[in-house]
Amino acid sequence: MGATRRVLSAGAVVWRRLRRSRSAVLGLGILGVFATSGLLAPWLAPYDPYASDLENSLKPPSARHWLGTDELGRDLLSRIVYGARLSMVIGTIAVAIGVAVGVPLGLVSGYLGGWFDLIVQRGVDVLLAFPSTVLAILLVTILGVGLVNVMIAVGIVSVPTYTRLVRGQVLSLKEQEFVEAARALGAGSLRIVFRHILPNTLAVLIVQTTLQVASAILSAAALGFLGLGVQQPTAEWGAMLSTARQHIQLAPHTLVFPGLAIMLTVLGFNLFGDGLRDALDPRLRV
Amino acid sequence: MWRYAAKRVLLAFPVLLGVSGVVFVAIRLIPGDPAQIMAGQAATEEVVRQIRQSLGLDQPVPVQYLYFLRNVLRGDLGRSLFNGVPVVEELGQRFPRTVRLAVASMAVASLIGIPAGILAATRRLTWVDTLVMLVALVGVSMPVFWLGLNFILVFSVRLQWLPAFGYGTWRHLVLPSVTLGAASAAVVARMTRSAMLEVLGQDYIRTARAKGLAERVVVHRHALRNALIPVVTILGLQLGTLLSGAVLTETVFAWPGIGRLLVEAVLARDYPVIQGTTLLIATTFVALNLTVDLLYALLDPRIRYE
Repeated sequence: MGATRRVLSAGAVVWRRLRRSRSAVLGLGILGVFATSGLLAPWLAPYDPYASDLENSLKPPSARHWLGTDELGRDLLSRIVYGARLSMVIGTIAVAIGVAVGVPLGLVSGYLGGWFDLIVQRGVDVLLAFPSTVLAILLVTILGVGLVNVMIAVGIVSVPTYTRLVRGQVLSLKEQEFVEAARALGAGSLRIVFRHILPNTLAVLIVQTTLQVASAILSAAALGFLGLGVQQPTAEWGAMLSTARQHIQLAPHTLVFPGLAIMLTVLGFNLFGDGLRDALDPRLRV
Repeated sequence: MWRYAAKRVLLAFPVLLGVSGVVFVAIRLIPGDPAQIMAGQAATEEVVRQIRQSLGLDQPVPVQYLYFLRNVLRGDLGRSLFNGVPVVEELGQRFPRTVRLAVASMAVASLIGIPAGILAATRRLTWVDTLVMLVALVGVSMPVFWLGLNFILVFSVRLQWLPAFGYGTWRHLVLPSVTLGAASAAVVARMTRSAMLEVLGQDYIRTARAKGLAERVVVHRHALRNALIPVVTILGLQLGTLLSGAVLTETVFAWPGIGRLLVEAVLARDYPVIQGTTLLIATTFVALNLTVDLLYALLDPRIRYE
């Protein structure tokens, strides 16, 4: 019982520090807007994001279409609102894949050491030898384009980051006294790793994950822009920019707004991540 | 130092071997049949089989890998499936252009990032600091291709000051290098700020101030020199990020470098070109990281003895 209360109060401390951090509040505010529009897209979007109206194509912002229309006369605001849903989902699932693969690998690799560690770390070295965009491109070339494959590709790209991070944490944690104490009490390796070591890496992991969602959204948008990601006519921000590019002279608004949406969402995650880092562990401040 | 350097260089070889393995396997996992693509849809089975034989695709996979390695070491990366140009020749022509873009972007990143970081650190917790850091965060949050398109919109379409695409004069280089360098400038500014703050809090800085040196001298002569060590590392590592960003920037500005070559090859399923480009990019990346590590050890003797 006492233990539960202490955990809660630690959460309360973090929450209080978060609320005092301007960047965290601003980030959370931005994310709130985009998360809400993503969740409530069918109710918030004024039009069907896929309903074309060729007579009203490439119209600038007006009272009827607040952000104007695209090359098929589709309402840009509605497409951006639906795009928020897509980007949030892509970012979250891609990072979840990275965590699900990278964290256990890092834990086991750091805890066991030996040949397993050696193999995993050389594998990580090889993956890190490819710049992230290039690796993502190579992966979608193999997997094929489309929503699911983009999430998988972007997720795989983030695996080495997590493995490295967690392994480093484990290496320093496993020498500490509380781990030795747990072992002396007869705890097995699995229990030590998951009950004693993993919880102590959470602060760093949570911060990294917030920032990683930001870069996953950017990578997915980049793939969409190159024509290697989510495909037309899906309302994906990167893919929208890829067509907007052809109408840069006639309809700059089709270029400005989807990009602004990407930038704000990513900025929200970055701001929140920075604030979170300060709140969870002031020593990590960069 | 020499022992350290030798060790680091030797460690790079297994990584490069791994890279070649990944690229080899990746290319073979791509759906589709290169022989069929080369022969065209209308080709008879006999023609396809002959092409397959000439490409060595009828051999067992491990044998193919050994052939592939031998050819790579000989500098033979095959020919483009579409225009028949040797891949090495194409890369040789395009790689210097990407390097040119990356170096210009690096210059942009340091010329903006380092002074901005110093400014933020010396005006810590004032509105100047907040503003610089916010702009830097916006800089890393912006999709690089979108920034490039906005530059085209403003400086090429509206103001008509600079060309929107192409390659040749310095005027063609301005927009792509600022686009590509912007995000790195932001990273460099953040790093410079935190490194400066760290150094400015140290005892020898207090000593320098106590003996009455001008603040300018303390900041630029005493603090900056030590703060630049991590900044140099970040700059080196940013070169890798620049290679990544070059893929997008080159696509936006139709810059004829290896980034655009990669995208074109992927869209056209030009296997030998995809293979050669990814190999070259990854090898460059490994070499860069190695150079940064060695430079770091040279600048900071503490690293060598760890």
